[in-house]
This record gives sequence, C-alpha cells and structure tokens, in this order.
Amino acid sequence: MPEDRPAHELPPIPARYPGRRVASVIVLLIAAQVLISVITNPRFKWDIVGEYLFSDIILSGVRLTIGLTLIAQLLGIVVGVGLAVMRLSPNHTVARCAWVYLWFFRGTPLLVQLIFWYNISALYPKFTIGLPFLEPFVSFNANALITPLAVAILGLGLNEGAYMAEIVRGGILGVDSGQSQAAKALGMTHSQTLRRIVLPQALRLILPPSGNQTILMLKTTSLVSILALADLLYSAQSIYTRTFQTIPLLIVVSLWYITITSVLTVGQTILEQKLSNGSSRQAPPQMLRWLLSGIVRPRRNQRLDQKKLESTDG
Amino acid sequence: MVEPKVEPMLVAEGVRKSYGSVEVLSGIDLVVMPGQVTCLVGPSGSGKSTFLRCVNHLESIDGGRLAVNGQLVGYREEKGRLHELKEREACRNRACVGMVFQNFNLFQHMSALENIIEAPQRVLKLSKEEAINSARELLAMVGLSTRGDSLPSQLSGGQQQRVAIARALAMKPKLMLFDEATSALDPELVGEVLSAMRALAASGMSMVVVTHEMGFAREAADEMVFMDAGLIVERGSPDQVLDNPQHARTKAFLTKACRPYCRL
Ligand SMILES: Nc1ncnc2c1ncn2[C@@H]1O[C@H](COP(=O)(O)OP(=O)(O)OP(=O)(O)O)[C@@H](O)[C@H]1O
Ligand SMILES: [Mg+2]
Repeated sequence: MPEDRPAHELPPIPARYPGRRVASVIVLLIAAQVLISVITNPRFKWDIVGEYLFSDIILSGVRLTIGLTLIAQLLGIVVGVGLAVMRLSPNHTVARCAWVYLWFFRGTPLLVQLIFWYNISALYPKFTIGLPFLEPFVSFNANALITPLAVAILGLGLNEGAYMAEIVRGGILGVDSGQSQAAKALGMTHSQTLRRIVLPQALRLILPPSGNQTILMLKTTSLVSILALADLLYSAQSIYTRTFQTIPLLIVVSLWYITITSVLTVGQTILEQKLSNGSSRQAPPQMLRWLLSGIVRPRRNQRLDQKKLESTDG
Repeated sequence: MVEPKVEPMLVAEGVRKSYGSVEVLSGIDLVVMPGQVTCLVGPSGSGKSTFLRCVNHLESIDGGRLAVNGQLVGYREEKGRLHELKEREACRNRACVGMVFQNFNLFQHMSALENIIEAPQRVLKLSKEEAINSARELLAMVGLSTRGDSLPSQLSGGQQQRVAIARALAMKPKLMLFDEATSALDPELVGEVLSAMRALAASGMSMVVVTHEMGFAREAADEMVFMDAGLIVERGSPDQVLDNPQHARTKAFLTKACRPYCRL
C-alpha cells in the first residue's frame, strides 16, 4: 500500500502491548525446555515407544477400543433417546420408570456396574423370555450369553444411556414449544410432531455434548481391562508386566488415545458444520491456524486482515 | 342478512374452562356464521387466547359444548354426555380449524415451502406434488411466490406471519383463528399481514380474530365481541361497540386501548 497519503487518511495505528510479547517469549521458553527434556531424557525410551507403537498386540487393542467406543456410544444414544422421550411422555408411569433408570445408573459407579453385570449369572443362572407367572417361551444359559465383550458393551452402553437421556431431553426442551403447538394445531400427532419437528431441531443442540460424551467414552472403555478384555490399555499392560517397560508403553497408550480423540474432534466439527444450516460456515482447520497464528508473527497489514477475519468469524 | 337455513360455522354454548381452581372461561356463548368475521377484543388475561385454544381443542373444556361446522371438536356425544376423543381422532378432527399465532411458530428447520407442505402430506396424506402445487398457489396468494426456499430466519416478521397463514390455509380449514397475529410485528409490517387477512375475509372464510387493531376490526368484522374476566360482556357491530359501548368495562377498555379509532 503506498504510504504517501495524508496522515488523516491512513488507518489508525493499533495499540502496542510489549508486555504480551514478553509473556509469549517466557511461555515459549518454558515449553521448549520441557520438550527438550522429554526428547533427551533417555529414561523415556523413545526407541521402545517406536518399537511397540505399531505392534500387532497394540494395534488389535486399538481396534477393540475403537469398536467398543462406537458400539457402546451408539447403544447409549438409542437408550438415551428412548429414555428422554419416555421422561417427556404424558404417561406418568412411563415417565417415572425412566426417572428411576436414570437415578440408578447415575447413582452407582460404572466400575461397580461392570463387575455387577459380569457376575450376573450368579444372580440369574438362566435368562428366559416370557410373561410373569407363565411358563417361559425361551430360555438361555447366562454364562453362555454373558461374555466379557457383551458385559462391556451392555455395561458401558446402558450407563451411557442415562447420561445421553439428559442431553437429549435438554435438546428437546430447547426447541421452542410454540412449534409443537403449531404442529398440533395443524392436526399432526404427538409422535409426528416429535419425529418431524422437534427431534431434527433438537439434534443441533444434542450434537456438541454428544461429541464430548463419545470422547469421554473412548477413555472410559479403558475400565474394561478389569474384565480381561484386550483393549488398548489391557494390551499395553500385558506387555509391560512381561518386559517392565511401563513408562514407554503408557506413552504408546497415550499417543493412541490422543490421536483417536483428535480424529473424533475433527469428525464432530465437520458434523456440526453440516447441521448448522448456513448460519455460520467455518472451515475445520481454523483450530490449527489459531494454534500457529501467535508463533508465526504476521506482517502488520496481514495482522489487520487477521483481525477482520476473527471479528467476522465470531 | 343471514338466511335462516344456513348452519352456523362455529357454535359455542356455555363454554367453561378452569386452570386448577381459577376459572378462565365462565360460560362463553358465541355463534359464527359461514363467511362471517368475528373480532374478539378484551383486556389481557380475559381469556381470549384460551377460548381460541379451546375451539380447536388444544385445550380441553370443563363444561358446555363447542361445534365447528356442526361437528363437535375433540369430543363425541353419547346419551347427552361428552366423551373426549383419543389423540389420533382429535388430530384429524381439529385439522379443519386453522390457527395463526402471535409468534408465527414456523418450523425453523424447514423452508417456507416445506413448512406449508408438511401437514398436508402427513395429515391429509396428499402426495408431494399435490402438496407443492397447492403450496405454490398459497404462497402466491400471500405475495411470497419468490420466497418459497427461504428459511424462516431469512424472512421478516411480516413475511413469516404470511407464510404461517398460508400454512394454516393449506389444510383447507373451514374456520380460521387468529390470535393477535400482528402484535409481535413492527408497525410498518402490520399492514401486509392485515391485508392478507382482509383478502381472506373477502374470499368468504369464516374467521375469529383476536386483535388490538381496532381499525381492522371496524372495517373487516361483521361482529365485534368484548370479553372480560372469562365472559362476553358486550357484542354487536363494530360501529356499535366502538362508538357506542353500553357496558362500563367496554368503555373503560376502549378509552384506554384504542383512542385513535374511537370517537369517545
Ligand atoms: N396453561 C395455563 N395454566 C394456568 N393458567 C393459564 C394458562 N394459560 C392461561 N392461563 C391463565 O388464564 C387467563 C387467561 O389467559 P389468556 O391467555 O386466555 O388471556 P388473553 O385474553 O389471551 O390475554 P392476552 O391479551 O394477554 O393474550 C390468564 O389469567 C392466564 O394467567
Ligand atoms: Mg392471548
């Protein structure tokens, strides 16, 4: 830009904050120090980390962890939607049953629930399908049905359902009730209104906390190592109890959890954008740009552009 | 003026409604003939909205009877006693009464056109093409033929309310209820909605209109009804009620609420 215009036509000079620059330098110095020590401290044994990062045992653990997360979360969503609809039902008995479910599952630790399900065959050696007071139609042996994997899926999913129920209910209540009134006045039934009008709009409110829940679930699945299921953590444990390389293997585990969490986060961002019908379209790599923008210092007029960008982004 | 043989469109006889121990409607009698426009005015809390919501059975009633086009709404009669209908039957039953709300209540995730075709497809079981064709006609009628693809958030308040009117009309109602349809609008947008309502009245639609627009009432209403504390205290032609109110409450309300329109 040619700077030969009179001063009053030039854009105002932004205020300068030398203190901020000093703070960034200090923070970056500390970060560098930590990084260097992590890399150079031989006791981290990065070579062993590298050796096990893609080993077969770890990879199969990763697969189980991802599969368990997705299936249990899906079960949680289905159970949660059902419970939320039940809690908002005009039938008080149904609503109270859902409340009792929530009360029980949120009131007891997940670890206790998992061990409880694992031992359910002691309580009910046989599972039967039938009606009260009548001969059962079908019956199963509990021990054959209740494998550790089934316990893990059921335990995680049913517990998750209780939390998803509150999220879904919040989403449903967040949709302005006037629209339900209007749908009713147009002759639509309760279930048509719920399916066509309320739930699609509730989804936008439900999705961000559901993403959080999925990420939480990913890490909660590590509890199933007590069921001797070979998930990511259990696989690592099985290696380091043999080799005593505890720290490097825990680093392997953490690297995998962080990687999967990052992938889930990106997926969540993309999904949210698809749902936010044109209200604010933002490219996903914003996050990366934001992380780097302070370190790579832009030239002055670029900085002004950046400011404009940020103010329109918000 | 009205031929004696014509069946009334709406008959309310002694309609009562309470919320808990508070009686909101204490016996409303009202008859609306086909093609007639009845304006309902009254102070806040007098039960105008409640009455409209009872007419299409969004609220149940505690006493009296309500019939639209000769049919009870939300109830059936057996041996002189009313029985409330099940939800599914009541839904089919109330579809012949259209309602327009103060806050438009458009479905926010659907375009104007989708808002209009939703109920005809689900409730009247029209095919999508049929629904879309009649929706386009209705949009043209309210002057929005180019805005069918707009989301409600992209429309002005007046445009949203006109879509809401078109949406109600898509169900081919026999009777239209308007609950303060212009109260949430900026003054410069009131006119476009009122003119859509005027056109509707002129086309012969039976209407019950709760409004604070006395100018509209004077011009479009066949009958004007003044409600207070759950009762109709005065009724007559708009000129009669507005210029020569008999009841003290009517006088008090009119002097306060609408000085510019009344010669008091
Ligand atoms: N769902 C409800 N539960 C309890 N009370 C209610 C309910 N709906 C309305 N009411 C009460 O019924 C009375 C009449 O309300 P209504 O909405 O019919 O008045 P209105 O004449 O439409 O007033 P406005 O001009 O302010 O809209 C008010 O006192 C209100 O508080
Ligand atoms: Mg009202």
